[in-house]
Amino acid sequence: MNSLLEVSGVSVSFDGFKAINNLSFAIRSAELRAIIGPNGAGKTTFMDIVTGKTKPDEGRIIWGDLSRSLLGMSEAKIAQAGIGRKFQKPTVFEDQTVEENLVMALKSKRSPFAALFYKRSPGDMRRVEELAGEINLADQLYRKAGELSHGQKQWLEIGMLLAQDPQLLLVDEPAAGMTPAEREHTTALLVEAAKTCAVVVVEHDMEFVRRLNCRVTVLHEGSVLAEGSLDHITANQEVIDVYLGR
Amino acid sequence: MQKSFVMRNPSTLVFLGALAMFTILVTVLAEGSGAGLISTSFVKTLGKTLCLALIAVAMDLVWGYTGILSLGHFAFFGLGGYMIGMWLMYERTRGIVEASLAEAKIPPTAQEVTDAIGNQIFGVVGSSEFPIIWSVADSLALQLALVVLVPGALAAAFGWLAFRSRVTGVYLSILTQAMTLALALYLFQNDSGLRGNNGLSGLQNLPGLDHVAQSTVSIWFFWASAFALALGYLFAAWMVSGKFGSVIRGIRDNEARVRFLGYPVETYKLFLFTVTAMIAGIAGALYYPQAGIINPAEVAPIASIYLAVWVAIGGRGRLYGAVIGAAFVSLVSSWFTGGQVPDVNLGFYTVKWVDWWLIVLGLSFVAVTLFAPKGIGGLFDLWSEHRSPNRHGADLGPSAGSLQEKEAVE
Ligand SMILES: Nc1ncnc2c1ncn2[C@@H]1O[C@H](COP(=O)(O)OP(=O)(O)O)[C@@H](O)[C@H]1O
Ligand SMILES: [Mg+2]
Repeated sequence: MNSLLEVSGVSVSFDGFKAINNLSFAIRSAELRAIIGPNGAGKTTFMDIVTGKTKPDEGRIIWGDLSRSLLGMSEAKIAQAGIGRKFQKPTVFEDQTVEENLVMALKSKRSPFAALFYKRSPGDMRRVEELAGEINLADQLYRKAGELSHGQKQWLEIGMLLAQDPQLLLVDEPAAGMTPAEREHTTALLVEAAKTCAVVVVEHDMEFVRRLNCRVTVLHEGSVLAEGSLDHITANQEVIDVYLGR
Repeated sequence: MQKSFVMRNPSTLVFLGALAMFTILVTVLAEGSGAGLISTSFVKTLGKTLCLALIAVAMDLVWGYTGILSLGHFAFFGLGGYMIGMWLMYERTRGIVEASLAEAKIPPTAQEVTDAIGNQIFGVVGSSEFPIIWSVADSLALQLALVVLVPGALAAAFGWLAFRSRVTGVYLSILTQAMTLALALYLFQNDSGLRGNNGLSGLQNLPGLDHVAQSTVSIWFFWASAFALALGYLFAAWMVSGKFGSVIRGIRDNEARVRFLGYPVETYKLFLFTVTAMIAGIAGALYYPQAGIINPAEVAPIASIYLAVWVAIGGRGRLYGAVIGAAFVSLVSSWFTGGQVPDVNLGFYTVKWVDWWLIVLGLSFVAVTLFAPKGIGGLFDLWSEHRSPNRHGADLGPSAGSLQEKEAVE
């Protein structure tokens, strides 16, 4: 199997508490995957580890065609390598316009000098407009991100992820606090994104997960409890006991 | 598809216009170049104020835009002053020494001249040897280079250590205070090589230009300071206008998010810290020849705290706010502490402004922080709310309220 990201035997503990316990996980390119699990299962921590925010105590994380190890790389380097991340709480730059947010995220050289001498090319601006269209913010380009509704901020953040042109998207609870209509659009966005890059979605809402129509991984107490199609998962007695049944 | 830099930043144009008019006005009224209505010492005060405005612009870049509350930028300002001061003092002393030795029957050797200069300069600290740091003091070009290189190197070394280990917030501010305190304590030592607490003096005298009156020299430095401020302001406005500006404001508001976009946050901070230290060095190099003297007290920790107060009162996160804050507070401050303000006799107690000014300043700082976080610069928002600004030529969206309008002009 040639996977895009392969996490094997990863553990991390906070003050003796094992948040991630010998976790193994793999995803192929252009695969959509949902991760579910009770609160505190370690879903966010898993993303922290992959994106370099948290250093694991042990284990391996292998990335990409060149099978590079992500351990020891900085957050910025990992992001440059093609891993984008959306936080649980929408985090956009509220003081800046939607356009500025997207331009900042757009794939380009990241050094200070490159940013200083960056010129908005017609191609870049076309891409920004295109993205704004996809995330339903085409007529909000010049508004400050802080003035957007909660759902719009979530979309903007997804748009920023897409702008990075990543190979892997890690999306933490994208539908939280959204109206049903907004959720539907978000699902469509993620399914569309998964045509070109791998997407990992953490979500609690089973209806949302069902619409994603993809393989599901269940996390519990820091390791994988079950993995398979949603129907397979929902039939699993252990999963019902620790998560679904509650 | 992009408007020109100036069109996108009308406030820059307004600022440069105002600075030019101010410069012309002072030139026309000054003693050395015009009607004589402004005394030489006041021209110097105004020139120094422009230098303070320049370091305030640097402070605004680092604090207002990037969110790094540096309480050490006066160290760089002072170092810039010391670097130019070394050349001024060396060359002027050489002129005096050579003139006096010329009367001797046997022409002095080069070594004798150097020794005599050393004696003159370091006699006050009981030494006559030139310390190694003075090795290029005879070269104006090299000392000018050191004006930016020394502050830049110190900032780079400090920043590299601090940012790499992700020191942020209050801890970083304390570290910068420690840095400037350490520098001050070092400079206070007699064997620091920079004349200990005597500092460098006589800096107002330009070597080889003894025949030029101070009234003329003062207007030269005033012009140079205005020019440096204009350039520094333009440079800062350019830096914050494009994507670099977006990134640093992003770092201020949420540095983790910027990191996950792939930007090396530490490198940006280091870059900005170093560049602003160099700007501070240039500001200091123009300031101290107008002040005439520099000593270690100038880089005491309190100086950098004042700098933060100026920027806060002026309004951080907008460059003209920093300039207004520095100019306003430092001028008012020298007015109060200069003893020109009449004491207030309350019958049971006499308020002496020289003593009370600091308390007034402290209270204003607290008041601004609590009630007007946008500072004096925020007043411009009130004024511009009556006009209809246009951002990128597009409308502000469906519900363009006053909030957007005032933010749109920034
Ligand atoms: N930085 C941290 N320090 C201490 N404990 C943490 C930290 N991050 C996460 N944890 C703990 O690890 C566990 C997993 O958290 P998290 O990954 O956020 O769960 P989930 O996202 O699945 O709800 C929780 O018990 C949480 O309290
Ligand atoms: Mg979570």
